[in-house]
Amino acid sequence: MPAPAAAGVRLLDVRDLAVSFRTPDGIVEAVRGLSFGLDPGRTLGLVGESGSGKSVATAALVGLAPGAQVTGLALYLGRDLLTLPAEELRAVRGRGVAMIFQSPMTSLHPLYPVGWQIVEMIRAHEPVPTRQARARAIELLGHVGIPRAERRVDDYPHQYSGGMLQRAMIAMAIALRPRILVADEPTTALDVSVQAQILRLLAGLQRELGMAMILITHDLGVAAETADEMLVMYAGRALEQATTPDLFARPSHPYTRALLRSRPRLDAAVARLTPVPGQPPSLIALPAGCPFRPRCAEAVERCAKTPPLVAIGGDEGHDAACWLVGEGTA
Amino acid sequence: MIGLVLRRAGGGALVVWLVASAVFVCYFAVPHDVARLIAGKQASERTVAAVRARLELDRPVAVQYLHFMGRLARGDLGVSFVTQDSVRAVIVRDLPVTASLALGAAALWLSAGLLAGVVAATRPRSRLDRAITTVALFFYSMPPFLLGQLLLFFCFYRLYLAGVELFPPGSYVPLTESPLQWARFLALPWLTIALANGATYARLTRSAMLDAFGEDYIRTARSKGISERRVVLRHALRSSLAPIVTQFGIDLGTLLGGAIVTEVVFGLPGLGREVVQAITRQDLPVIIGVTIFGSALVVTANVAVDLCYALLDPRLRRR
Repeated sequence: MPAPAAAGVRLLDVRDLAVSFRTPDGIVEAVRGLSFGLDPGRTLGLVGESGSGKSVATAALVGLAPGAQVTGLALYLGRDLLTLPAEELRAVRGRGVAMIFQSPMTSLHPLYPVGWQIVEMIRAHEPVPTRQARARAIELLGHVGIPRAERRVDDYPHQYSGGMLQRAMIAMAIALRPRILVADEPTTALDVSVQAQILRLLAGLQRELGMAMILITHDLGVAAETADEMLVMYAGRALEQATTPDLFARPSHPYTRALLRSRPRLDAAVARLTPVPGQPPSLIALPAGCPFRPRCAEAVERCAKTPPLVAIGGDEGHDAACWLVGEGTA
Repeated sequence: MIGLVLRRAGGGALVVWLVASAVFVCYFAVPHDVARLIAGKQASERTVAAVRARLELDRPVAVQYLHFMGRLARGDLGVSFVTQDSVRAVIVRDLPVTASLALGAAALWLSAGLLAGVVAATRPRSRLDRAITTVALFFYSMPPFLLGQLLLFFCFYRLYLAGVELFPPGSYVPLTESPLQWARFLALPWLTIALANGATYARLTRSAMLDAFGEDYIRTARSKGISERRVVLRHALRSSLAPIVTQFGIDLGTLLGGAIVTEVVFGLPGLGREVVQAITRQDLPVIIGVTIFGSALVVTANVAVDLCYALLDPRLRRR
């Protein structure tokens, strides 16, 4: 676990977060025992396959996982978001913790102009006249690179391209200068050339506003470029947690290593990728032990017991949840 | 937008023309002796001949058709065989009754149906939701004549016997004469239509709202920190309006052409009862006139719905 940047209260301190859903088939344990911290200006990359619980974990923090049972602690500037009264939590949403999502084409309301939606965001938190909020919306749109923002502000989402919509989403998200921006797969639905632009825009805004960012992605490349620290999730659990350079230099958990092997590389001579064999497990009635055990090539008998997330030998702030790593055999 | 209006209005006019032509074919071109049909089985040859001459039934069908359409275009719907009133006057006389019934009921069912649907959708699978769904299904399945009779029996007859004159006996009073009496007399008919239709709207609203709640932009709205009330009404309900408006246009258009069952049950002198009487009296001009007028209303309602779509959804507003 990386050391706190400053003494005293952290911006976000999540401890032992668990999220579960009651379904007709049984209880789905979407997230279990997740702990992480976040400091201003830093970026945490939450990495994992689809269904690994990375989105639902962050949504649950601000009460946006409908029907979920959430336990644990999520201290935002010392206040536990999970026990905050609804009205106070609402004030945190948008203002303290803003979000952008995977599919910009469906994330804005199709029946309202883009500017209207930004104005609504501003006016939900600040008692400013519409005219003033609109001027800010235009300014924000211009700031995120929408050309002729004063004219595009009244356009509807369908008149924007995908990349422009994500820019507009970002403009809305930063409208109130949030302390934390949750970017949930912000580039997945975009063209590769646009992806780089959006990531650059986010990085620039982060520097400018000093906000912290949680970047949710399944793309290790995206995480490598953007995140200071990374948290590798699998089946709702953290399997490995480290600073980004550390994780790439010394991937310790077999799952992390498998993920890295499955990545396309330009410098490798082989054309074929090595996929992670098998499927992620069902999150209903997950058996005890390491969740990756059924797919792990290195699994041994001890893996039937759940390995704790512990510091691996020698490295400061590099944790992994694997018996083999704990023994220093990695 | 103007282009859209013109296109839709043109399409609507085409449909009305087709309906009028179909009516003409049904009543004038297909029967082999129209005059006998109109005059009745007991009528003498002389009467039949008189009818034939007066209605130009001895002329070629094509000429009859052109004259029929010409009169229609001028708004001349002919004269009732029974009362000798012009059909247009009959419609003008009866329409306020039917319109009072339809518009009042529409206001009721729309507000009650939307409210019930929104309440149910915001608490899916709760007791309240189940209760609303069950009540809606009950009224949805009940035939209007039965509902009307039940309301009459309990709310009028039993109350009246008990000495409570909440709903007056007697007949329809125009709004201009006495708004209070107008509303009191129409209350039960309104309720009859509104309960049956409101159920449809509650179900429609609930399912459209539930669909909307699953949309990404609702998650965005919640993540913005706006109030849940605003999320429900400004975001989810706004997206749910299209199917509701569609249904409403069709229902209102149909109803304005005559709420046959309700008017007959409650003895309201509207278009629906008029056409029932005309059918029993074989009063062909009235039947034809009210039919074409009703179809024009349905068509108008559909055109209005189309235009509402464009107002509701910016994606349909090309140009």
